[in-house]
Amino acid sequence: MIGLEHYLTVAATLFVIGIFGIFLNRKNVIVLLMSIELVLLAVNINLVAFSSFLGDLVGQVFTLFVLTVAAAEAAIGLAILVTFFRNRGTIDVEDVNVMKG
Amino acid sequence: MTSTDLNIILPEILLALGAMAGLMAGVYGGKDRSAGLICWGIAGLMAALAAFIGLTGFGDNVAFGGMFHDDGFARFAKVAILLSAAGVLVMGQDYMARRGLLRFEYPVLVALSVVGMMVMVSAGDLMALYMGLELQSLALYVVSALRRDSVKSTEAGLKYFVLGALSSGLLLYGASLVYGFAGTTVFSGILAAAGDGQAPIGLLIGLVFVIAGMAFKVSAVPFHMWTPDVYEGSPTPVTAFFATAPKIAAMALFARVMHGAFGGVTSDWSQVIALISLLSMFLGAIAAIGQMNIKRLMAYSSIAHMGYALMGLAAGTQFGVQAMLIYMAIYVAMNVGTFAFILSMEQDGTPVSDIRSLNLYAKAEPGRALALLVLLFSLAGVPPFLGFFGKLYVLRAAYEAGLVWLAVAGVIASVIGAYYYLRLVYLMWFGAEGSSVDTNRAPVLWVFLMGSAAVMVFGVINLFGIEGAAAAAAATLVP
Repeated sequence: MIGLEHYLTVAATLFVIGIFGIFLNRKNVIVLLMSIELVLLAVNINLVAFSSFLGDLVGQVFTLFVLTVAAAEAAIGLAILVTFFRNRGTIDVEDVNVMKG
Repeated sequence: MTSTDLNIILPEILLALGAMAGLMAGVYGGKDRSAGLICWGIAGLMAALAAFIGLTGFGDNVAFGGMFHDDGFARFAKVAILLSAAGVLVMGQDYMARRGLLRFEYPVLVALSVVGMMVMVSAGDLMALYMGLELQSLALYVVSALRRDSVKSTEAGLKYFVLGALSSGLLLYGASLVYGFAGTTVFSGILAAAGDGQAPIGLLIGLVFVIAGMAFKVSAVPFHMWTPDVYEGSPTPVTAFFATAPKIAAMALFARVMHGAFGGVTSDWSQVIALISLLSMFLGAIAAIGQMNIKRLMAYSSIAHMGYALMGLAAGTQFGVQAMLIYMAIYVAMNVGTFAFILSMEQDGTPVSDIRSLNLYAKAEPGRALALLVLLFSLAGVPPFLGFFGKLYVLRAAYEAGLVWLAVAGVIASVIGAYYYLRLVYLMWFGAEGSSVDTNRAPVLWVFLMGSAAVMVFGVINLFGIEGAAAAAAATLVP
């Protein structure tokens, strides 16, 4: 029987993979965008699992909002990435370094 | 039912419609030629809405089944947000136009982000919180990359986007845990589930994630890394906007979540926020010392100021929230004036942001130099200017709540931080001979600079009555 904790474990694993993808990735900004999506998907699994477990629909409504915003966020991220590529000619994470910080 | 709800969110609807109208005017009215007009129109609409909210708002109205609160706290924050956003829009227009940056998307995006902020400060539910926060953030990512042909601006946009999206992810993960362990997303329901000091552990883990996400938005240490780069890379009017309205909104949201949803477990979060506040104050004060770029300097200054504002929140009392609101109002008034000055710094028509260009500025422009001196002293918290009273309020709140160590640390950090403000003053009066900065003599900038400096001087008489307004606002949030 698959219980709530299994879903939560999967979500937590995905979340941690996403966070590590953002911090350890030294290669490509696209991978950062994928990691962000992974984090948001982990949240969605959490919300749907809780929603089903609690017998409460609000979590699934929340998930739909998150999905919508994630799509908008990806669009804006790619748009910014395209303008950055036009100026810099590269999308390597290591080259995002004109300003030190 | 529905008409009452819609009536309560009327200001947000009007501003969103204003943004749509601006978009239409931009598309059909010859693209960027109408951008100046749209700027003035939207700034006027914001000022009118601020007056409408400030003068006619009354009572504690709840809309959409507890998702949206129109109470005194939200109204105080909204008036400050709308006025500062309108001021920054008007202030930056000349700068943007002369550098070919005044695209019609700029005022529209600013208006949309302000709608997001207004939803944030009124949020009574995790979903409303998330939607408001994202509406604000998505618009801000785009405006920070507004100068499409500049490496710095697009890099600022990219960094802000990646770290902002990460912070939204953290906040959302926390929200999902809070939902799971409280069984509801409404703040009043979470308040009941968290109980008095006996919250389930899952709820507390969720709370920590939510705090981390919001600390990102207010650029508090250890989540401040994006701030200096984004401030430096964005066009200066956009930087001025980042330093004002979103900070009030994020801080107000912070207070609303902490007190509205987790008011029963104050002792659990007040220590976390006290630590964040301590680190922010010291990092802001120390890291700014080596900065030569005035925009980076203002970034570290804002990190330090967020630390002080969080000190009020860490107190966890009604007076603490009042002190935080007063501090934020004063902070915004100071920053609008300071950025009006930074916007006027130029050399041969191009903007400069190196502080060494201020050498002997006082000889060339004694009036403006004096106004900037007042603002810098106020930012540093030197009495008798208004900034000192802001600090006094938060220190008193921390002291009364038993956080004496935090108050002492705040005083020490403010002494360290005074160094870099006073160095600017030193350069202006006693700096080395050298090529000095020219001044953009646009009357709008002069009015904002002098007005802000005058507020810092004359505000000490009665703080323009915001003390009472902030007290009433805090009373609606913390019973």
